[in-house]
Amino acid sequence: MHFESGVGHIGGNLSALDALVVTFREYLNEDDVFVLSKGHSAGALYTALWSVGRLSDADLRSFHRDDTLLAGHPPAAGLADIHFATGSLGHGLSLAAGTALGLRLHEKKGRVLCLTSDGEWQEGSTWEALIFALHHRLENLTVLIDENRLQGFGSTAEIASMEGLSGKLRGFDPDFVTIDGHDPAALRGAFARECVGPNIIVMRTVKGHGVSFMENRMEWHYLPLNKETFEKAVGEQNAL
Amino acid sequence: MVFLTGDLGFMALEPLQKAMGSRFINAGVSEQNMVSVSAALAKQGFDVWAYSIAPFCYARPFEQIRNDITFHDLPVTLVGNGGGFGYGVMGPTHHAIEDYGVLLTLDNMAAFIPTFDEDIEHVVRMAGDRKHPSYLRLGRGEPPANFDVPAYSPWRLLLEGQGPIVVVVGPLAGTFIAPFRELSIDERPTMWALSELPIALHALPERLLSAIAGGAAICVIEEHVAHGSAGGALALYFATNGIPLRRFRHLAARAHVYSRYGSQSFMRKLSGLDPGSAVEAIRSVSAVVT
Repeated sequence: MHFESGVGHIGGNLSALDALVVTFREYLNEDDVFVLSKGHSAGALYTALWSVGRLSDADLRSFHRDDTLLAGHPPAAGLADIHFATGSLGHGLSLAAGTALGLRLHEKKGRVLCLTSDGEWQEGSTWEALIFALHHRLENLTVLIDENRLQGFGSTAEIASMEGLSGKLRGFDPDFVTIDGHDPAALRGAFARECVGPNIIVMRTVKGHGVSFMENRMEWHYLPLNKETFEKAVGEQNAL
Repeated sequence: MVFLTGDLGFMALEPLQKAMGSRFINAGVSEQNMVSVSAALAKQGFDVWAYSIAPFCYARPFEQIRNDITFHDLPVTLVGNGGGFGYGVMGPTHHAIEDYGVLLTLDNMAAFIPTFDEDIEHVVRMAGDRKHPSYLRLGRGEPPANFDVPAYSPWRLLLEGQGPIVVVVGPLAGTFIAPFRELSIDERPTMWALSELPIALHALPERLLSAIAGGAAICVIEEHVAHGSAGGALALYFATNGIPLRRFRHLAARAHVYSRYGSQSFMRKLSGLDPGSAVEAIRSVSAVVT
Protein backbone atom coordinates (compact mmCIF):
# COMPACT_ATOMS: atom_id res chain seq x y z
CA MET A 1 0.00 0.00 0.00
CA HIS A 2 2.91 2.33 0.64
CA PHE A 3 4.24 1.59 -2.84
CA GLU A 4 0.89 2.06 -4.55
CA SER A 5 0.29 5.36 -2.84
CA GLY A 6 3.87 6.58 -3.10
CA VAL A 7 4.15 7.14 0.64
CA GLY A 8 7.24 7.03 2.82
CA HIS A 9 7.61 6.41 6.56
CA ILE A 10 8.18 2.75 5.72
CA GLY A 11 11.14 2.25 8.06
CA GLY A 12 9.25 3.12 11.23
CA ASN A 13 6.24 1.13 10.06
CA LEU A 14 8.34 -1.99 9.63
CA SER A 15 9.98 -1.59 13.04
CA ALA A 16 6.55 -1.54 14.68
CA LEU A 17 4.64 -3.97 12.50
CA ASP A 18 5.48 -7.20 14.31
CA ALA A 19 4.43 -5.78 17.65
CA LEU A 20 1.23 -4.29 16.25
CA VAL A 21 0.16 -7.53 14.64
CA VAL A 22 0.71 -9.48 17.86
CA THR A 23 -1.03 -6.72 19.82
CA PHE A 24 -4.15 -6.73 17.68
CA ARG A 25 -4.31 -10.46 17.00
CA GLU A 26 -3.52 -11.73 20.48
CA TYR A 27 -3.72 -9.03 23.13
CA LEU A 28 -6.44 -6.48 22.60
CA ASN A 29 -10.05 -7.25 23.47
CA GLU A 30 -13.22 -5.39 22.67
CA ASP A 31 -13.05 -3.30 25.84
CA ASP A 32 -9.47 -2.24 25.28
CA VAL A 33 -8.21 0.97 23.73
CA PHE A 34 -5.16 1.33 21.52
CA VAL A 35 -3.39 4.66 21.00
CA LEU A 36 -0.76 5.01 18.30
CA SER A 37 1.41 7.80 19.61
CA LYS A 38 3.88 7.42 16.74
CA GLY A 39 1.19 8.35 14.27
CA HIS A 40 3.57 8.17 11.32
CA SER A 41 3.28 4.39 11.63
CA ALA A 42 -0.37 4.55 10.62
CA GLY A 43 0.31 2.15 7.75
CA ALA A 44 1.38 -0.56 10.20
CA LEU A 45 -1.69 0.17 12.32
CA TYR A 46 -4.01 -0.11 9.34
CA THR A 47 -2.32 -3.35 8.36
CA ALA A 48 -2.76 -4.74 11.87
CA LEU A 49 -6.44 -3.74 11.81
CA TRP A 50 -6.77 -5.44 8.43
CA SER A 51 -5.20 -8.58 9.90
CA VAL A 52 -8.05 -8.85 12.40
CA GLY A 53 -10.74 -8.03 9.85
CA ARG A 54 -11.38 -4.48 10.96
CA LEU A 55 -10.34 -3.03 7.61
CA SER A 56 -10.84 -4.45 4.13
CA ASP A 57 -8.54 -4.87 1.15
CA ALA A 58 -10.36 -1.97 -0.47
CA ASP A 59 -9.75 0.18 2.61
CA LEU A 60 -6.04 -0.51 2.43
CA ARG A 61 -5.97 0.25 -1.27
CA SER A 62 -7.43 3.67 -0.51
CA PHE A 63 -4.56 4.52 1.84
CA HIS A 64 -3.30 8.06 1.41
CA ARG A 65 -5.49 8.71 -1.63
CA ASP A 66 -8.20 11.31 -2.17
CA ASP A 67 -11.42 10.62 -0.24
CA THR A 68 -9.80 7.99 1.96
CA LEU A 69 -10.57 7.21 5.59
CA LEU A 70 -6.97 6.10 5.96
CA ALA A 71 -4.99 9.31 6.17
CA GLY A 72 -1.24 9.34 6.45
CA HIS A 73 -1.63 9.66 10.20
CA PRO A 74 -4.53 8.26 12.25
CA PRO A 75 -7.61 10.43 11.68
CA ALA A 76 -9.95 12.00 14.22
CA ALA A 77 -13.12 10.37 12.95
CA GLY A 78 -14.49 7.62 10.78
CA LEU A 79 -12.74 4.58 12.22
CA ALA A 80 -14.12 3.07 15.41
CA ASP A 81 -10.82 1.46 16.33
CA ILE A 82 -8.94 4.73 16.19
CA HIS A 83 -9.82 6.80 19.22
CA PHE A 84 -7.57 9.79 18.70
CA ALA A 85 -5.99 11.64 15.83
CA THR A 86 -2.25 11.42 16.32
CA GLY A 87 0.73 12.42 14.28
CA SER A 88 2.18 15.25 16.29
CA LEU A 89 4.53 13.41 18.60
CA GLY A 90 4.21 13.58 22.35
CA HIS A 91 0.43 13.40 22.66
CA GLY A 92 -0.32 9.69 22.69
CA LEU A 93 0.96 8.71 26.10
CA SER A 94 -1.07 11.45 27.80
CA LEU A 95 -4.16 10.38 25.87
CA ALA A 96 -3.55 6.79 26.86
CA ALA A 97 -2.98 7.71 30.50
CA GLY A 98 -6.17 9.76 30.57
CA THR A 99 -8.08 6.90 29.00
CA ALA A 100 -6.68 4.46 31.55
CA LEU A 101 -7.62 6.81 34.39
CA GLY A 102 -11.10 7.22 32.93
CA LEU A 103 -11.61 3.46 32.74
CA ARG A 104 -10.51 3.18 36.34
CA LEU A 105 -12.86 5.95 37.49
CA HIS A 106 -15.67 4.20 35.63
CA GLU A 107 -14.59 0.90 37.25
CA LYS A 108 -14.44 -0.64 33.80
CA LYS A 109 -12.20 -3.58 33.01
CA GLY A 110 -10.70 -2.33 29.73
CA ARG A 111 -6.98 -1.91 29.25
CA VAL A 112 -5.09 0.72 27.31
CA LEU A 113 -2.08 0.12 25.11
CA CYS A 114 0.04 2.91 23.71
CA LEU A 115 2.83 2.61 21.16
CA THR A 116 5.40 5.40 21.16
CA SER A 117 8.51 5.89 19.09
CA ASP A 118 11.87 6.34 20.80
CA GLY A 119 12.50 9.73 19.20
CA GLU A 120 9.34 11.17 20.69
CA TRP A 121 10.81 10.77 24.16
CA GLN A 122 12.57 14.01 23.28
CA GLU A 123 9.15 15.62 23.71
CA GLY A 124 8.75 16.97 27.22
CA SER A 125 5.06 16.12 27.22
CA THR A 126 5.91 12.42 27.00
CA TRP A 127 7.80 12.66 30.26
CA GLU A 128 4.91 14.61 31.77
CA ALA A 129 2.69 11.70 30.81
CA LEU A 130 5.08 9.14 32.24
CA ILE A 131 5.20 10.99 35.58
CA PHE A 132 1.41 11.13 35.61
CA ALA A 133 0.96 7.46 34.72
CA LEU A 134 3.45 6.36 37.34
CA HIS A 135 2.04 8.62 40.04
CA HIS A 136 -1.47 7.30 39.45
CA ARG A 137 -0.19 3.72 39.22
CA LEU A 138 -2.14 3.05 36.06
CA GLU A 139 -1.95 -0.72 36.05
CA ASN A 140 -4.37 -0.90 33.14
CA LEU A 141 -1.87 0.89 30.89
CA THR A 142 0.77 -0.82 28.76
CA VAL A 143 3.36 1.29 26.96
CA LEU A 144 5.29 -0.09 24.03
CA ILE A 145 8.37 1.87 23.02
CA ASP A 146 9.64 1.21 19.51
CA GLU A 147 13.35 1.70 20.06
CA ASN A 148 14.71 1.56 16.54
CA ARG A 149 17.34 4.19 17.39
CA LEU A 150 16.79 6.21 14.23
CA GLN A 151 14.72 9.33 13.92
CA GLY A 152 13.95 11.96 11.31
CA PHE A 153 17.38 13.36 10.62
CA GLY A 154 19.86 11.03 12.24
CA SER A 155 20.19 8.60 15.10
CA THR A 156 18.77 9.16 18.57
CA ALA A 157 22.33 9.01 19.88
CA GLU A 158 23.69 11.66 17.52
CA ILE A 159 20.80 14.04 17.91
CA ALA A 160 19.94 13.90 21.57
CA SER A 161 22.17 11.35 23.29
CA MET A 162 19.04 9.27 23.67
CA GLU A 163 20.34 5.84 22.72
CA GLY A 164 19.89 3.66 25.71
CA LEU A 165 16.46 5.02 26.52
CA SER A 166 16.25 2.54 29.37
CA GLY A 167 18.81 4.53 31.31
CA LYS A 168 16.73 7.66 30.99
CA LEU A 169 13.58 5.80 32.02
CA ARG A 170 15.27 4.24 35.03
CA GLY A 171 15.49 7.64 36.71
CA PHE A 172 11.70 7.66 37.02
CA ASP A 173 11.66 4.20 38.58
CA PRO A 174 9.09 2.61 36.30
CA ASP A 175 8.49 -1.12 36.02
CA PHE A 176 9.89 -1.78 32.57
CA VAL A 177 11.39 -4.59 30.56
CA THR A 178 13.49 -4.58 27.42
CA ILE A 179 12.78 -7.18 24.76
CA ASP A 180 13.40 -8.00 21.12
CA GLY A 181 10.51 -6.19 19.49
CA HIS A 182 10.44 -8.61 16.58
CA ASP A 183 10.06 -11.70 18.78
CA PRO A 184 6.38 -12.53 19.30
CA ALA A 185 7.17 -14.84 22.21
CA ALA A 186 9.09 -12.10 24.00
CA LEU A 187 6.21 -9.73 23.44
CA ARG A 188 3.70 -12.24 24.82
CA GLY A 189 5.86 -12.64 27.90
CA ALA A 190 6.15 -8.90 28.38
CA PHE A 191 2.39 -8.44 28.04
CA ALA A 192 1.83 -11.08 30.70
CA ARG A 193 3.97 -9.33 33.32
CA GLU A 194 2.28 -8.19 36.51
CA CYS A 195 3.21 -4.62 37.36
CA VAL A 196 2.39 -2.25 40.19
CA GLY A 197 1.93 0.62 37.73
CA PRO A 198 2.02 0.82 33.96
CA ASN A 199 3.67 -2.03 32.13
CA ILE A 200 6.43 -0.41 30.08
CA ILE A 201 7.99 -2.49 27.34
CA VAL A 202 11.05 -1.18 25.56
CA MET A 203 11.25 -2.99 22.25
CA ARG A 204 14.64 -3.15 20.60
CA THR A 205 13.70 -3.01 16.95
CA VAL A 206 15.21 -2.50 13.55
CA LYS A 207 14.06 0.36 11.37
CA GLY A 208 13.04 -1.10 8.03
CA HIS A 209 12.95 -4.58 9.56
CA GLY A 210 12.75 -7.43 7.05
CA VAL A 211 14.02 -5.55 4.01
CA SER A 212 17.80 -5.76 3.76
CA PHE A 213 18.40 -2.46 2.06
CA MET A 214 16.12 -0.59 4.46
CA GLU A 215 17.33 -2.01 7.73
CA ASN A 216 18.93 0.54 10.04
CA ARG A 217 18.96 3.11 7.24
CA MET A 218 17.74 6.54 8.33
CA GLU A 219 16.62 7.55 4.84
CA TRP A 220 13.83 4.98 4.97
CA HIS A 221 12.16 7.11 7.59
CA TYR A 222 11.05 9.18 4.62
CA LEU A 223 11.67 7.54 1.26
CA PRO A 224 8.82 6.04 -0.73
CA LEU A 225 9.33 2.89 -2.75
CA ASN A 226 9.82 3.05 -6.49
CA LYS A 227 9.12 0.12 -8.80
CA GLU A 228 12.65 -1.21 -8.53
CA THR A 229 12.94 -1.04 -4.75
CA PHE A 230 9.40 -2.38 -4.35
CA GLU A 231 10.13 -5.43 -6.48
CA LYS A 232 13.41 -5.99 -4.70
CA ALA A 233 11.70 -5.84 -1.30
CA VAL A 234 8.94 -8.21 -2.40
CA GLY A 235 11.54 -10.53 -3.87
CA GLU A 236 13.26 -10.74 -0.52
CA GLN A 237 10.03 -11.64 1.19
CA ASN A 238 9.15 -14.29 -1.39
CA ALA A 239 12.57 -15.85 -0.94
CA LEU A 240 12.01 -16.42 2.77
CA MET B 1 -17.48 15.23 36.35
CA VAL B 2 -13.71 15.40 36.72
CA PHE B 3 -11.80 18.53 37.72
CA LEU B 4 -8.11 18.91 37.00
CA THR B 5 -5.81 21.64 38.16
CA GLY B 6 -2.29 22.39 37.04
CA ASP B 7 -1.10 22.61 40.63
CA LEU B 8 -2.96 25.85 41.32
CA GLY B 9 -5.81 26.70 43.65
CA PHE B 10 -4.22 27.05 47.10
CA MET B 11 -6.70 28.65 49.50
CA ALA B 12 -9.40 28.42 46.85
CA LEU B 13 -9.98 24.92 45.54
CA GLU B 14 -9.73 22.99 48.79
CA PRO B 15 -13.52 22.71 49.27
CA LEU B 16 -13.88 21.46 45.69
CA GLN B 17 -11.09 18.98 46.28
CA LYS B 18 -12.83 17.69 49.37
CA ALA B 19 -16.19 17.46 47.63
CA MET B 20 -14.91 15.69 44.51
CA GLY B 21 -12.58 13.16 46.07
CA SER B 22 -10.88 11.00 43.45
CA ARG B 23 -12.41 13.09 40.68
CA PHE B 24 -10.36 16.08 41.71
CA ILE B 25 -6.96 15.61 40.13
CA ASN B 26 -3.93 17.77 40.67
CA ALA B 27 -2.16 17.04 37.40
CA GLY B 28 0.97 18.80 38.56
CA VAL B 29 3.02 21.36 36.71
CA SER B 30 2.39 19.74 33.35
CA GLU B 31 -0.28 21.58 31.43
CA GLN B 32 0.27 19.76 28.16
CA ASN B 33 -0.35 16.43 29.84
CA MET B 34 -3.28 17.86 31.81
CA VAL B 35 -5.05 18.94 28.64
CA SER B 36 -4.50 15.65 26.81
CA VAL B 37 -5.63 13.70 29.88
CA SER B 38 -8.69 15.96 30.00
CA ALA B 39 -9.46 15.11 26.38
CA ALA B 40 -9.14 11.40 27.08
CA LEU B 41 -11.36 11.62 30.15
CA ALA B 42 -13.98 13.49 28.13
CA LYS B 43 -13.77 10.77 25.49
CA GLN B 44 -14.57 8.34 28.29
CA GLY B 45 -17.78 10.26 28.92
CA PHE B 46 -16.77 12.58 31.73
CA ASP B 47 -17.65 16.26 31.93
CA VAL B 48 -14.12 17.63 32.33
CA TRP B 49 -12.87 20.93 33.74
CA ALA B 50 -9.21 21.87 33.53
CA TYR B 51 -8.01 24.84 35.55
CA SER B 52 -4.94 27.01 35.61
CA ILE B 53 -3.78 30.60 35.40
CA ALA B 54 -5.22 31.65 32.04
CA PRO B 55 -2.11 31.60 29.80
CA PHE B 56 -0.97 28.30 31.24
CA CYS B 57 -4.17 26.58 30.20
CA TYR B 58 -4.50 27.92 26.64
CA ALA B 59 -1.08 29.09 25.45
CA ARG B 60 1.28 26.42 26.75
CA PRO B 61 -0.90 23.48 25.68
CA PHE B 62 -2.42 24.96 22.54
CA GLU B 63 -1.62 21.98 20.34
CA GLN B 64 -3.13 19.62 22.90
CA ILE B 65 -6.28 21.75 22.88
CA ARG B 66 -6.37 21.75 19.10
CA ASN B 67 -5.48 18.13 18.39
CA ASP B 68 -6.81 16.30 21.39
CA ILE B 69 -9.85 18.31 22.46
CA THR B 70 -11.22 20.13 19.43
CA PHE B 71 -10.34 17.66 16.68
CA HIS B 72 -12.58 15.26 18.59
CA ASP B 73 -15.09 17.92 19.69
CA LEU B 74 -14.87 16.87 23.32
CA PRO B 75 -16.70 18.57 26.21
CA VAL B 76 -13.75 19.94 28.10
CA THR B 77 -14.01 23.33 29.76
CA LEU B 78 -10.71 25.13 30.13
CA VAL B 79 -10.89 27.47 33.09
CA GLY B 80 -8.39 30.28 32.85
CA ASN B 81 -8.05 32.47 35.90
CA GLY B 82 -6.97 36.09 35.54
CA GLY B 83 -8.11 36.83 32.01
CA GLY B 84 -6.73 39.95 30.36
CA PHE B 85 -4.33 41.79 32.65
CA GLY B 86 -5.78 40.06 35.71
CA TYR B 87 -2.36 39.14 37.02
CA GLY B 88 -1.16 42.70 36.32
CA VAL B 89 2.06 43.25 38.21
CA MET B 90 3.01 39.58 37.97
CA GLY B 91 4.27 40.38 34.48
CA PRO B 92 3.65 39.49 30.85
CA THR B 93 3.99 35.71 31.27
CA HIS B 94 0.82 35.80 33.35
CA HIS B 95 -1.25 38.04 31.08
CA ALA B 96 -3.93 36.57 28.85
CA ILE B 97 -4.73 39.13 26.18
CA GLU B 98 -4.96 36.88 23.12
CA ASP B 99 -6.77 33.99 24.76
CA TYR B 100 -10.24 33.92 23.24
CA GLY B 101 -8.96 35.10 19.88
CA VAL B 102 -6.59 32.17 19.67
CA LEU B 103 -9.05 29.63 21.01
CA LEU B 104 -11.94 30.74 18.82
CA THR B 105 -9.96 29.76 15.75
CA LEU B 106 -10.80 26.18 16.79
CA ASP B 107 -13.96 24.36 15.76
CA ASN B 108 -16.90 24.42 18.17
CA MET B 109 -15.01 26.37 20.81
CA ALA B 110 -16.97 28.89 22.83
CA ALA B 111 -15.59 31.46 25.24
CA PHE B 112 -17.45 32.61 28.33
CA ILE B 113 -16.31 35.92 29.75
CA PRO B 114 -18.49 36.66 32.77
CA THR B 115 -18.90 40.37 33.39
CA PHE B 116 -19.88 40.25 37.05
CA ASP B 117 -19.26 37.80 39.86
CA GLU B 118 -22.99 37.12 39.85
CA ASP B 119 -22.62 35.65 36.33
CA ILE B 120 -20.33 32.84 37.39
CA GLU B 121 -22.94 30.35 38.46
CA HIS B 122 -24.84 30.87 35.22
CA VAL B 123 -21.88 30.55 32.86
CA VAL B 124 -20.53 27.53 34.72
CA ARG B 125 -23.87 25.83 34.17
CA MET B 126 -23.86 26.84 30.50
CA ALA B 127 -20.34 25.62 29.89
CA GLY B 128 -21.13 22.37 31.69
CA ASP B 129 -24.23 21.82 29.58
CA ARG B 130 -22.32 22.23 26.32
CA LYS B 131 -21.29 19.09 24.49
CA HIS B 132 -18.37 20.91 22.95
CA PRO B 133 -15.12 22.54 24.09
CA SER B 134 -15.41 25.71 26.13
CA TYR B 135 -13.13 28.31 27.62
CA LEU B 136 -14.07 30.16 30.76
CA ARG B 137 -12.12 33.38 31.17
CA LEU B 138 -12.32 34.34 34.81
CA GLY B 139 -11.82 37.90 35.95
CA ARG B 140 -12.91 40.06 38.84
CA GLY B 141 -16.28 41.73 38.49
CA GLU B 142 -16.00 45.46 39.14
CA PRO B 143 -19.45 47.03 39.28
CA PRO B 144 -19.80 50.32 41.15
CA ALA B 145 -21.26 50.32 44.64
CA ASN B 146 -25.02 49.88 44.84
CA PHE B 147 -25.25 48.73 41.23
CA ASP B 148 -28.01 46.26 40.59
CA VAL B 149 -26.45 43.64 38.33
CA PRO B 150 -28.99 42.78 35.63
CA ALA B 151 -29.87 39.16 35.00
CA TYR B 152 -27.29 37.31 32.93
CA SER B 153 -27.53 37.42 29.19
CA PRO B 154 -24.81 37.05 26.55
CA TRP B 155 -25.65 40.59 25.48
CA ARG B 156 -26.70 42.80 28.34
CA LEU B 157 -27.73 46.42 28.35
CA LEU B 158 -25.94 48.14 31.24
CA LEU B 159 -26.48 51.80 30.52
CA GLU B 160 -28.63 53.95 28.27
CA GLY B 161 -27.85 57.36 26.87
CA GLN B 162 -28.00 59.44 23.73
CA GLY B 163 -24.33 59.11 22.92
CA PRO B 164 -22.70 56.36 20.87
CA ILE B 165 -23.05 52.65 21.38
CA VAL B 166 -20.34 51.05 23.46
CA VAL B 167 -19.82 47.29 23.51
CA VAL B 168 -17.51 46.05 26.25
CA VAL B 169 -16.32 42.47 26.63
CA GLY B 170 -16.38 40.99 30.12
CA PRO B 171 -15.54 42.58 33.48
CA LEU B 172 -14.03 45.69 31.97
CA ALA B 173 -17.62 46.87 31.45
CA GLY B 174 -18.10 47.28 35.18
CA THR B 175 -15.30 49.82 35.37
CA PHE B 176 -17.07 52.14 32.93
CA ILE B 177 -20.52 52.30 34.53
CA ALA B 178 -19.77 55.03 37.07
CA PRO B 179 -17.70 57.31 34.81
CA PHE B 180 -20.19 56.99 31.95
CA ARG B 181 -23.05 57.83 34.29
CA GLU B 182 -21.36 61.09 35.07
CA LEU B 183 -21.54 62.20 31.46
CA SER B 184 -24.37 64.36 30.22
CA ILE B 185 -27.27 62.46 28.68
CA ASP B 186 -26.15 63.65 25.24
CA GLU B 187 -22.70 62.17 25.65
CA ARG B 188 -23.60 59.16 27.76
CA PRO B 189 -23.32 56.00 25.69
CA THR B 190 -25.65 53.09 25.47
CA MET B 191 -23.42 50.39 26.85
CA TRP B 192 -23.73 46.68 26.18
CA ALA B 193 -21.74 44.02 27.99
CA LEU B 194 -20.83 41.02 25.87
CA SER B 195 -20.05 37.81 27.76
CA GLU B 196 -20.00 35.03 25.17
CA LEU B 197 -18.03 34.48 22.00
CA PRO B 198 -17.99 33.84 19.11
CA ILE B 199 -20.70 36.35 18.29
CA ALA B 200 -22.29 33.72 16.04
CA LEU B 201 -23.47 31.89 19.18
CA HIS B 202 -26.29 34.37 19.69
CA ALA B 203 -28.26 36.78 17.58
CA LEU B 204 -27.17 40.36 18.10
CA PRO B 205 -29.82 42.41 19.95
CA GLU B 206 -32.28 43.95 17.52
CA ARG B 207 -31.95 47.28 19.23
CA LEU B 208 -28.20 47.28 18.73
CA LEU B 209 -28.54 46.29 15.09
CA SER B 210 -31.13 48.91 14.29
CA ALA B 211 -29.08 51.64 15.98
CA ILE B 212 -26.02 50.71 13.95
CA ALA B 213 -28.08 50.48 10.78
CA GLY B 214 -29.38 53.95 11.61
CA GLY B 215 -25.86 55.32 11.60
CA ALA B 216 -25.06 55.28 15.31
CA ALA B 217 -21.41 55.48 16.28
CA ILE B 218 -20.01 52.39 17.96
CA CYS B 219 -17.01 51.83 20.15
CA VAL B 220 -15.90 48.30 21.10
CA ILE B 221 -13.66 47.97 24.15
CA GLU B 222 -11.95 44.80 25.26
CA GLU B 223 -8.99 43.58 27.29
CA HIS B 224 -7.68 41.58 24.35
CA VAL B 225 -5.40 42.34 21.43
CA ALA B 226 -6.99 43.55 18.22
CA HIS B 227 -6.16 40.39 16.26
CA GLY B 228 -8.86 37.81 16.92
CA SER B 229 -10.88 40.31 18.90
CA ALA B 230 -14.60 40.70 19.41
CA GLY B 231 -14.29 44.13 17.80
CA GLY B 232 -12.83 42.58 14.69
CA ALA B 233 -15.56 39.96 14.61
CA LEU B 234 -18.28 42.59 14.99
CA ALA B 235 -16.83 44.73 12.22
CA LEU B 236 -16.74 41.68 9.95
CA TYR B 237 -20.30 40.82 10.92
CA PHE B 238 -21.57 44.28 10.02
CA ALA B 239 -19.63 44.38 6.77
CA THR B 240 -20.81 40.89 5.77
CA ASN B 241 -24.41 41.73 6.52
CA GLY B 242 -24.44 44.98 4.60
CA ILE B 243 -24.67 47.18 7.66
CA PRO B 244 -22.38 50.14 7.05
CA LEU B 245 -20.18 51.16 9.94
CA ARG B 246 -19.72 54.84 9.47
CA ARG B 247 -18.26 55.56 12.90
CA PHE B 248 -16.28 52.83 14.60
CA ARG B 249 -13.61 52.84 17.30
CA HIS B 250 -11.90 49.86 18.82
CA LEU B 251 -10.00 49.99 22.08
CA ALA B 252 -7.91 46.87 22.58
CA ALA B 253 -4.99 45.66 24.64
CA ARG B 254 -1.82 46.90 23.01
CA ALA B 255 1.02 44.62 24.00
CA HIS B 256 2.39 42.16 26.50
CA VAL B 257 5.71 43.87 26.97
CA TYR B 258 5.91 47.23 28.67
CA SER B 259 8.72 49.05 30.41
CA ARG B 260 6.74 49.23 33.66
CA TYR B 261 4.21 46.91 35.29
CA GLY B 262 1.51 47.42 37.83
CA SER B 263 -1.99 46.43 38.89
CA GLN B 264 -4.67 45.40 36.42
CA SER B 265 -6.03 48.96 36.36
CA PHE B 266 -2.49 50.27 35.79
CA MET B 267 -1.99 47.88 32.88
CA ARG B 268 -5.39 48.79 31.45
CA LYS B 269 -4.39 52.43 31.49
CA LEU B 270 -1.15 51.67 29.63
CA SER B 271 -3.29 50.02 26.99
CA GLY B 272 -5.77 52.87 26.85
CA LEU B 273 -8.51 50.78 28.41
CA ASP B 274 -9.12 53.00 31.43
CA PRO B 275 -12.27 55.09 31.92
CA GLY B 276 -10.54 58.30 30.82
CA SER B 277 -9.47 56.75 27.52
CA ALA B 278 -12.93 55.31 27.03
CA VAL B 279 -14.59 58.68 27.55
CA GLU B 280 -12.17 60.24 25.11
CA ALA B 281 -12.93 57.51 22.60
CA ILE B 282 -16.68 57.92 22.75
CA ARG B 283 -16.29 61.66 22.33
CA SER B 284 -14.03 61.24 19.33
CA VAL B 285 -16.19 58.60 17.68
CA SER B 286 -19.23 60.82 18.13
CA ALA B 287 -17.42 63.73 16.58
CA VAL B 288 -16.33 61.97 13.38
CA VAL B 289 -19.59 62.60 11.54
CA THR B 290 -22.34 64.96 12.54
